[in-house]
Amino acid sequence: MTRLALLLASTVALGLNLGLGFGPLRAAPISYKLPEETAAFRPGPNLDTVKNNCTACHSADYINTQPRGAKYKKDFWQAEVTKMIKVYGAPIEEADVSKIVEYLAATY
Amino acid sequence: MLDRRQLMKQAGLAAVATGFGSLRALAQDIVTLPFDNGERPLVKYPQKRPMIGLTSRPPQLETPFSVFNDGPITPNNAFFVRYHLAGLPYDTIDPDKFTLEVKGKVDRALKLSLKEIRKMKAVEIVAVNQCSGNSRGFFEPRVAGGQLANGAMGNARWRGVPLKAVLDMAGVQQGAKQVTFNGIDGPVSDTTPDFVKALDIDHAQNGEVMLAYGMNGDDLPFLNGFPLRLVVPGYYGTYWVKHLNEITVIDSIFDGFWMKTAYRIPDTPCNCVEPGTAPKATIPINRFTVRSFITSVADGAKLRSGRTRLKGIAFDGGTGIKEVAVSIDGGKTWTPARLGRDLGKYAFREWTLAVKLAAGASELKVRATSNGGDTQPLEPRWNPAGYLRNVVETVRVTAA
Repeated sequence: MTRLALLLASTVALGLNLGLGFGPLRAAPISYKLPEETAAFRPGPNLDTVKNNCTACHSADYINTQPRGAKYKKDFWQAEVTKMIKVYGAPIEEADVSKIVEYLAATY
Repeated sequence: MLDRRQLMKQAGLAAVATGFGSLRALAQDIVTLPFDNGERPLVKYPQKRPMIGLTSRPPQLETPFSVFNDGPITPNNAFFVRYHLAGLPYDTIDPDKFTLEVKGKVDRALKLSLKEIRKMKAVEIVAVNQCSGNSRGFFEPRVAGGQLANGAMGNARWRGVPLKAVLDMAGVQQGAKQVTFNGIDGPVSDTTPDFVKALDIDHAQNGEVMLAYGMNGDDLPFLNGFPLRLVVPGYYGTYWVKHLNEITVIDSIFDGFWMKTAYRIPDTPCNCVEPGTAPKATIPINRFTVRSFITSVADGAKLRSGRTRLKGIAFDGGTGIKEVAVSIDGGKTWTPARLGRDLGKYAFREWTLAVKLAAGASELKVRATSNGGDTQPLEPRWNPAGYLRNVVETVRVTAA
């Protein structure tokens, strides 16, 4: 086998092992590891309530990438929190809703 | 350059570790998308090149737009990623044990292994997948949702088996109305509706809808649905269910949340409403609107005056591209571009045009017309969910 052919063959082997190959060596579930989450909630009022209610289902970047400005304050965030409860079934207690909306409107 | 021994060593190490998951991804840089609050980290995930990070959990990655200038096929490691729910099967998919279940209104319920599916007669199709909310960040007024620029789309050569072949094996019964599709991924809370989509029975049996295991000559990347996903040519990505393991034929119209409530568009001729208003009636989102882009020149670019060659892509919901016209004077006059190789009616169609740029500022515009007769509007159309965007794109350049 030429050096080039060897190189090609080992590149293929590398690809199979690194990828989700169907090679005979792999008989266990594949494992995919996400990078560490870097997005964080900004400091603001009721931060703990927000963290307790929101982080189980999604990362903070879901919030901090939303539109900003005067038109996207209380009503906008109220609608989002309502959507999380009514549509996505988020188990948020009634008393926490206004706290979360207050944090979002004040912070983003 | 690595020699053979180094390569073997690396391969061995990778196999000993937890597969490709052992590679660490780091936030490397910040990208600013061209709308307010558009700063995004450039992130490196396993099996992906640096991508625009929209959200980290569940993961959503946007393709850097320059990729679309490299060719009509979007590489697997640059293909966008969109999930709704954070329960991904990070450690549970075993390709040797994976099965696809076909059940419901069929004569013979099936459980097919990946091996059995891969032994069936394979078909290939080149087709665009595009997120319904691609370009949502450009909506005005802005709307809630994933704030994407134009990179939640891609064009790949998919390989797999026709859904029809599998349905025929199972024997669809009289009275079947729809087929539903569910993947292994799901919600983290059992009060959140699982992501299940439906197609009408005729659509499901049209021979084009595919169960794909291959993408551009490789297995599907994990984040693009490994080991099997639905490919629905011409339709928005919401239907392209990933990690697909459950197909159910039903004799009713599926009323799950992701069909009945989410992914709806206004039931008006333009599928749009007056900006800021709500539609009276809605229908499920379906085929792509016709779109085109200039890929060779970025907005705000400084060019040399004189002759330059513009290049880009166009696509639609499955009739194919009839014409692409380009304007370099802000839309006053239009010149037909030369269309590139035809990879099929569901694929990106490349276009090129030599133009002569005068010194000073110019507004470059591109507008595609489909074989079905649809073309792109000069003014954006609006809907509350931020779907279907297909306004004529404008790139502002300065030549000197």
